[in-house]
Amino acid sequence: MKHEIIADVKRDHILNLLNSGRRIDGRGFDEYREVSVEVGINQRAEGSALVKLGRTQVMVGVKLAVGEPFPDMPDSGVLTTNAELIPLASPSFERGPPDEDTVELARVVDRAIRESQCIDLEKLCISEGELVWIVFIDLHPLDYDGNLFDACTLGAIAALKNAVFPKLEDGRVDYKTKTEEKLPIVDTPVEVTFAKIGDHILVDPCLEEEEVLDARLTIGYNEKGEIVAMQKGGSGTFTQEEILDIVRRGREKAEFLRKHLPGDSDGKD
Amino acid sequence: MKVGEPEEFIIDGKRLDGRRVDELRPLKIEAGVLKRADGSAYLEWGGNRVLAACYGPREIHPRHEANPQRAVLRTYYSMAPFSVYERKRPGPDRRSMEISKVTRQALESVVFTHLYPMTAIDVYIEILQAQAGTRCAGITAASVALADAGIPMKDLVPACAAGKVGGHIVLDLFDIEDNYGEADLPVAIVPRTGEVSLLQMDGNLTQEEFEQAFKLAIKGCMQVYEKQKEALRRRYGGSRE
Repeated sequence: MKHEIIADVKRDHILNLLNSGRRIDGRGFDEYREVSVEVGINQRAEGSALVKLGRTQVMVGVKLAVGEPFPDMPDSGVLTTNAELIPLASPSFERGPPDEDTVELARVVDRAIRESQCIDLEKLCISEGELVWIVFIDLHPLDYDGNLFDACTLGAIAALKNAVFPKLEDGRVDYKTKTEEKLPIVDTPVEVTFAKIGDHILVDPCLEEEEVLDARLTIGYNEKGEIVAMQKGGSGTFTQEEILDIVRRGREKAEFLRKHLPGDSDGKD
Repeated sequence: MKVGEPEEFIIDGKRLDGRRVDELRPLKIEAGVLKRADGSAYLEWGGNRVLAACYGPREIHPRHEANPQRAVLRTYYSMAPFSVYERKRPGPDRRSMEISKVTRQALESVVFTHLYPMTAIDVYIEILQAQAGTRCAGITAASVALADAGIPMKDLVPACAAGKVGGHIVLDLFDIEDNYGEADLPVAIVPRTGEVSLLQMDGNLTQEEFEQAFKLAIKGCMQVYEKQKEALRRRYGGSRE
């Protein structure tokens, strides 16, 4: 993510704390910040969610539209994930066309959603080869305090599970009339991000940790605990043992995150 | 099932292009192929054709990107419009932006950037013909181009993918396997330390499958590493180790 200029002393401070077994915000190395997920927070979106990860806040909107399928998948709906790092959310975000951090965020969240096949895209076919539903996921961080990957993926799946189809009449969408029919969501992928600072591996880096990290590893897990997406970031490296260790540790963290999703029986959901 | 998906990926122990599961596509690397670049490399890897050029250290533009502590490494991955079956619109797209970023991060840890403060080291990767695995081909070529430019580095960075097709863990996916397979896991390493500087994955792997594919990819990287060193030796002579 975007980094502000950091004095070396700050890195030293964070590293010294880690060397004595402490994180700058007092958490354990395998401990997430407080997680909250609210759904149905936007009346215009077909599905929506607001995720808080500590002070990081992300709003995710799911919009549905109809359009032509891709020629090589004529009976499948289309998924599009987009992120916008608006300058409201951080002094380091700038206006203008999406930069590589924005693009990476959108693509890594998309990877978990797409590769887990959590949306049954074939159920989004209206008329084969002609008309299908297009699912737009828009990731909209509101307050950037680190670890947008995990917050956005959690928000995306929450918003997808929250989404209902608008009314479709003669191939046109009536956005003012929502149906009862939910999007066909068959899995709940989540992403778990670890940061490496010095020799320390910690989950859910906050902004201060993100700014000084050497390397980052994000892993997407499906409900079965299988790996569906990975992205290493940062200029540093991981040892092979560290990677194997992170992949194992992450699975449990994925379960933890998933528990924060509103259940299907939840009245609000 | 996608249009054009093969029913079997491995028949009688051989893949659709005749390779074993742990076999790389034929790989050829040549260093120092461009006159104007400070360093360059050309690579043929199966059906991939990749050029990489390194310019720098040189004056940085725009100036505000300059870093008083170190050189700024900038990598640009780009695909020629005719490099793929359906013409690619020229210019950067989201995919190439992401690949440019992970390529830079795969290489940054080996380049001694602190030797050249206030400068830029630019690496341009051009995919002339693609057959899957182009980011690994690009990183592999880029690090040879950096070495060819005489930029001090800890090591070369070889890259290679492993993946899963038709239930089998295989090395170095080619396009059919990449399009219709179950998972792709590109990896780049710093061979001297064994550290991992690029790791991505899409698809579906169990924990065990991941470990198997990861180890296979690293073995592939080591084979690529030998080809990189050979290319530099051919260009600059010198004894074998």
